[in-house]
Amino acid sequence: MENLLLQLNNISVVYSDVIQVLKGVSLSVQKNRIVSLLGSNGAGKTTTLKAISGLLKPENGKVTDGTILYQGRELQNQAPETITRNGIIQVLEGRQPFKYLTIEENLRVGTATRWGKPYRSDLEKVYHYFPALWKRRRGLAGYCSGGELQMLVMGRALMAHPELLLLDEPSLGLAPLVVIEIFRIIRRINEEEGTTIILVEQNARMALQIAHHGYVMENGKIVMEGSADILRDNPDIREFYLGMSAAGNIKSYADVKSYRRRKRWL
Amino acid sequence: MKKFHLHPCGNFRERYTQELTVFTTDFGRLWGVIGFVLLVTTVPWLASPYMLYIINMIGIAAIAAIGLNILIGFTGQISLGHGAFFGVGAYAAAILATRFHLPFFVTIPLAGLITAMIGMIFGIPSGRLKGLYLTIATLAGQFIIEYLLIHWDTLTKGTAGITLPPTKLLTFSLQGDLGFYYLIFLALAGMGWIAVNLMRTRYGRAFIAIRDNDRAAEGMGIPIFRYKLLSFGISSFYAGFAGALWASYMGSITAEPFNLSLSVEYIAMVIIGGLGSISGSIYGAVFITLLNESLRFMTGILMNSGIVAASGLNMAPLREFIFGLAIVMFILIEPRGLAELWRITRSSFRLWPFSY
Amino acid sequence: MDFFIQLLVGGISVGFLYGLSAMGFVMIFKSSSVLNFAHGELLAIGAYFFLAFIVWAKLPFLLAFLLALVGCFLLGIMIERIFLRPLIGEPLIFVIMLTVGLAAMFKGIILLIWGGNLHTYPNFLPETLGINWGVVRIPPVYSATLVIGMLFLLLFGLFFKFSSQGIYMRSVADNQRAALSLGVHVKRVFALSWAIAALVAGMSGMVLGIINGVNVHDLSAIGLKVFPVVILGGLDSIGGAIIGGIIIGLLETFTGGYLSPSLRDVVPYVILVLILLLKPYGLFGLKEIERV
Repeated sequence: MENLLLQLNNISVVYSDVIQVLKGVSLSVQKNRIVSLLGSNGAGKTTTLKAISGLLKPENGKVTDGTILYQGRELQNQAPETITRNGIIQVLEGRQPFKYLTIEENLRVGTATRWGKPYRSDLEKVYHYFPALWKRRRGLAGYCSGGELQMLVMGRALMAHPELLLLDEPSLGLAPLVVIEIFRIIRRINEEEGTTIILVEQNARMALQIAHHGYVMENGKIVMEGSADILRDNPDIREFYLGMSAAGNIKSYADVKSYRRRKRWL
Repeated sequence: MKKFHLHPCGNFRERYTQELTVFTTDFGRLWGVIGFVLLVTTVPWLASPYMLYIINMIGIAAIAAIGLNILIGFTGQISLGHGAFFGVGAYAAAILATRFHLPFFVTIPLAGLITAMIGMIFGIPSGRLKGLYLTIATLAGQFIIEYLLIHWDTLTKGTAGITLPPTKLLTFSLQGDLGFYYLIFLALAGMGWIAVNLMRTRYGRAFIAIRDNDRAAEGMGIPIFRYKLLSFGISSFYAGFAGALWASYMGSITAEPFNLSLSVEYIAMVIIGGLGSISGSIYGAVFITLLNESLRFMTGILMNSGIVAASGLNMAPLREFIFGLAIVMFILIEPRGLAELWRITRSSFRLWPFSY
Repeated sequence: MDFFIQLLVGGISVGFLYGLSAMGFVMIFKSSSVLNFAHGELLAIGAYFFLAFIVWAKLPFLLAFLLALVGCFLLGIMIERIFLRPLIGEPLIFVIMLTVGLAAMFKGIILLIWGGNLHTYPNFLPETLGINWGVVRIPPVYSATLVIGMLFLLLFGLFFKFSSQGIYMRSVADNQRAALSLGVHVKRVFALSWAIAALVAGMSGMVLGIINGVNVHDLSAIGLKVFPVVILGGLDSIGGAIIGGIIIGLLETFTGGYLSPSLRDVVPYVILVLILLLKPYGLFGLKEIERV
């Protein structure tokens, strides 16, 4: 297991000292892999990402228990400035561009962790992955379309040369064709740059297509894990996340057995 | 007979009426009565005239601070014009007394009402503005009122100021520190009582709802603009009432004291006392007034003592520095103010030795 | 007509000074949303630093100017570190009152050291800088001010537009959470913007001191006049601050000249209330780009 990049050991996260969101989450991520984190709303996927990237702090959250090991170093409750400088960059949910900055200026903010180093070649690399951005590089980010913005925030993260990229719902609110495009690029980034990626997604089918490994979360716990192929074929996953019952029909809650199986998970 | 309540060691409230009580225990009520009786009976005989003067000043400041706390601490609207409203009250009382020869028990509440009207006019921007924009608008209000007080000669006699006729209750003259001591404390008790109870009504709850989240409050059906105006009105009523008391007590007024630093002093009282606490406003008034007086006293001594006097240093600015320092320290160390400190001290005594 | 042109020129020069003084204020507001009531005192501190270096230490003009700027820069960092950093995320009123408290502290210190009298700098500007076209007479200090002001405006414009650190600062002002997620050192940005703002304020204070003489009370009064200026120009627009300053300056001199001298101090605030009621985000403030 020498190519283990990140390991979460039994971490708990509490917001404002009272709201416990994660109840002992453990997961491990190998180098150069895409790991997908699935689960319904409020399962704690975003919180897990924030625990890794250190962005819990501004939201008054804290890792109260457990350890986060990244390349052998403990990272829990570190400042985001430190964590990002270790090569972990999170792409926030819901695309948060700097609206009053141009596309190119947005990308340049991504160099914050490597301030003072040349960035020209990185800009070219980002434009190579996302040709759509090149055309609009002098325009304000506030006036871009959703797909362009998603490319922008991912490109911005790439500018930091991340070793571990945390993607939070990249497909949120995008047209199906754009989603396919985005996932294709995620795959390419992983293959060409060797970037390890943790992918949080609602679109489980797409996520499991490009991921190597998957974890399923419910109520702040991990309830299932396995390689993407195994998860794809698992009848429960097929039913609850891919939206089809074993027979291939759309599921119905009238089915008592299915309800019981679902309860076992929670 | 009713059961005598001691302090419970936790939160055992079962009904909303219990949450709403002013005194949580009968001890509190008892202490309140004892304190009031002591204030009325013994203090005037123990205190020197100078002390009595300071106590009176504290009382007046406390009334104005309670008003400001209703606006800032309960409704969440920051006003930098409270000092000017205080001035409006003082001038209203003076003009009513000199032009219309009304007795003080008419002029003082009437001055409060006039100030409330003017306060509501300057509260109109709160309909559109929030947060710091509103603060800047009230700052402009402060300067505009200040200008009018100085330059509207026909009404305010400009820089010459106004001298009020002696304050009389029927034939009995109230002039002097002792007479005003009773008047001011009766007023403070009354105004404090009104404020405490106002916060227990639907109006008070609406104010608090607006402070905590004005959009949610609006969604719950509270007409926020009307309530904000009401809050401005009530708050300026308190300021005007206090200003009128001050004018009657001083006997003559000029526009000078009602400047921005007076407004700042009131906000300092509210913050140091504790935002959203009526009793806190009184602690704040005590603290700031005593701080001002003791600093004046100390710089006086320093200036006359050998070394400093010889070096020719002017120590008066030290007051300003320490005043600023006090505000900064309170904000950094205990932003919830003296009321919170008092609560912590009290409960640590109460819970001793098994505090957790 | 001569009177009119005199007022026009006078108004523009005074207004330019207001705008220059407001620049630092806007910078702090833009990056950290702090309404700085101690701005007038920052102006005063710059002026007194310069006074100390040039009169007490008898340093040459340029060296004294640079040293005073460095002093202001360091002071700005200190203020942010000691006083404002603990308040990140606290309610507005605490932040406002903290700067009010700071204003009182600074004023007290300055009065303790220098007293409340008017001080003047030795005259060091060559007379040839003055402009003399018939009725339009601009004294040398004003033209020097114009040059210095334009220079700083250009310098900061370039800094914010092209340098990486400037872009990071704008990104924090734009979306703090996203900036944090990309590893922008948000606290360093706050400290830097206070430092730059204090530097600009100090520079404006020195210029004001050269023109009007150095006095704490006058300078802190100008600190309050910054409010109408920035509201007019939009709280977050540096160019707007200059234009707002010029408008306020013109209004002041024209009411002073044609209506009554006592009105001139209150007119800016009347305008301020009107602007707030009609156009709360100022004439040049950013309109929120809202996408749903």
